[in-house]
Amino acid sequence: MRKLSYADALLEATHQEMSRDDSVLVMGMGVDDFRGIYGTTKGLAEKFGAERCFDTPLSEDAMTGAAIGAALAGMRPIHVHIRMDFVLLCMNQLLNIAAKARYMYGGTVSVPLVVRSIIGRSWGQGAQHSQGLHSLFMHIPGLKVVAPSTPYDAKGCLVQAIRDDNPVMFVEHRMLHFQRGAVPEHLYALPFGKARVLATGSDITIVGISYMAVECSRARTLLAEVGIDAEVIDPISLLPLDIDTIAASVEKTGRLLVVDTAWTSCGATAEIVTAVLERLGSRSVPFRRLGYAAAPCPTTKNLENMYYPNPATIAQAAHALVRGESAAFQPRNEESPEVVEFKGPF
Amino acid sequence: MKQNEVFYREVLRIRRVEEEVARVYPTDKIKSPVHLSIGQEGVSVGICAALRPSDIVCPTYRGHALYLAKGGDLRAMIAELYGKATGCTRGKGGSMHLIDVSAGVLGASAVVGTTIPLAVGYAYAQKLKKTDTVVASFFGDGAVDEGAFHESMNFAALHKLPMIFVCENNLYSIHSHQLARQPQANLCARAASYGVKAENLDGSDVPLLYAKAQAAIDAVRAGEGPCFLECMTYRFREHVGPNEDFHTGYRSRDEAQKWFERDPVRLLGELIDPAVRKRIDAEVEAEVADAFAFAESSPLPEDAELLADVWKEAG
Repeated sequence: MRKLSYADALLEATHQEMSRDDSVLVMGMGVDDFRGIYGTTKGLAEKFGAERCFDTPLSEDAMTGAAIGAALAGMRPIHVHIRMDFVLLCMNQLLNIAAKARYMYGGTVSVPLVVRSIIGRSWGQGAQHSQGLHSLFMHIPGLKVVAPSTPYDAKGCLVQAIRDDNPVMFVEHRMLHFQRGAVPEHLYALPFGKARVLATGSDITIVGISYMAVECSRARTLLAEVGIDAEVIDPISLLPLDIDTIAASVEKTGRLLVVDTAWTSCGATAEIVTAVLERLGSRSVPFRRLGYAAAPCPTTKNLENMYYPNPATIAQAAHALVRGESAAFQPRNEESPEVVEFKGPF
Repeated sequence: MKQNEVFYREVLRIRRVEEEVARVYPTDKIKSPVHLSIGQEGVSVGICAALRPSDIVCPTYRGHALYLAKGGDLRAMIAELYGKATGCTRGKGGSMHLIDVSAGVLGASAVVGTTIPLAVGYAYAQKLKKTDTVVASFFGDGAVDEGAFHESMNFAALHKLPMIFVCENNLYSIHSHQLARQPQANLCARAASYGVKAENLDGSDVPLLYAKAQAAIDAVRAGEGPCFLECMTYRFREHVGPNEDFHTGYRSRDEAQKWFERDPVRLLGELIDPAVRKRIDAEVEAEVADAFAFAESSPLPEDAELLADVWKEAG
């Protein structure tokens, strides 16, 4: 099958949906400029007109409200933020209006809104260009949160997000934009609430969120070299969360490691582990969580490297769960290619 | 009916509804924070008279007057205050989240300034869809303190959106006077700085408001871009609740006196024939009584309503 990058898969999904449905529009700072949000919105303004793909003033709060207002009027806006950190300026509208409108107005309205935001990483992005804030939104009834990791899922989930009648937080990781994979040319939508088993295994279940799904797959290779057979799951959809698939896997493997591109405290890892344990009842399941170091993200390279889980640290955590904390294991510690190759500024 | 009789009927209807809310309030049948518009009805009535039924208004939590003036269903409003299944949000929004989509009343919000950008987006969609609908955003002088107001004015002016910004300036944000929050009482000048036509109007003079709003809305509909109407008005009751609050010290009955004299119900009542007025008074009483009886006799929502409509289901 034809291969596309994750970024091109997003562009194709948007392009095809805008062709199919006149109510779809794209807005956000820089969506119509020559860079086009890493190519994900490139050419849309030329193709569909300046009214359906427009640059916004630096007014994240009101522009979020405007996107919601347009959605209330029957449009399907995609509001794009080049960094997820900037979505903090949108929280009032997202949490107080978008998430609650359908409920507090008694089911008389709906808010078909997509908020795309990108988690930055590497080359000194630092404390305010690197935050994975998806768990903040997982807390809020009325929102949906998805964070696909493959180009195939990126296209299908973005199409679904656009067609969904609810506000959807579409979480992308900058390192994922460079991933390439098979993507059908035709339009398809992937239903939310369905996790994907990226690789089967019998010794341990490793759940990787967003870019960490890629890093967990690399860890699986390291583990295979020492005879550990890991099952890797990408939840894709964080709200709703497919606990059925993850719990069934843990039932089989008996061990659980959850890895996030975010902090662990009150985060998606805490939610997933808890939900699995609740599901499995009295059964005792050894588990661990990995995520950002409990600090803001530093800029200098050696500290930045320590800040993130990587294939070696993920494999070590999994090894400890399978073979015990005292078993020695020093996997190869190679930096992942997209992290090495990435040169900013964006 | 003559125009002034229509205006009188509208302001009186809103006034009597809210007086009845205040009367019932101590019984605790209305378990919802009410922000009464008593004293401010003229603004909603004057502006809405110049809007078409298909036009849209975006209200605030002090929204009873606007909801009713735009044609929102009275029975559904009172039932909502009573938390009943027949309420306009089926008992899930209460007084601060009134909505009537069929009447062009978008939902009200309890967070100051949050519906201003919604109006902007709704107006952007009208421009995109090439309709001739005008969107009216109502808010108070407190909302002008919010960044969202300025961001919204900027964007609406930039794109010449079909909307009017209606500031109901009642001088107070809860208990804080405008001049304790803003260095100058110059809201029209601020609006004009965005290239938006701005006018300061007497919010108690309904015929004047109507005439001014009609001209302004005609220009908006003709594609000239947004306008800003600052309507001076005064809240007769406390910020939230059914009572007066002149004894609390943040404002005085002396200050209020000149506004009592500009009470829109009184001013309009003096303009019409006493016999007609008597007939209107009786009709309004009957309508208000009917709405409260409807609310009283309506059922509470079923338990299943708790988790209904959190998300819109596909299909």
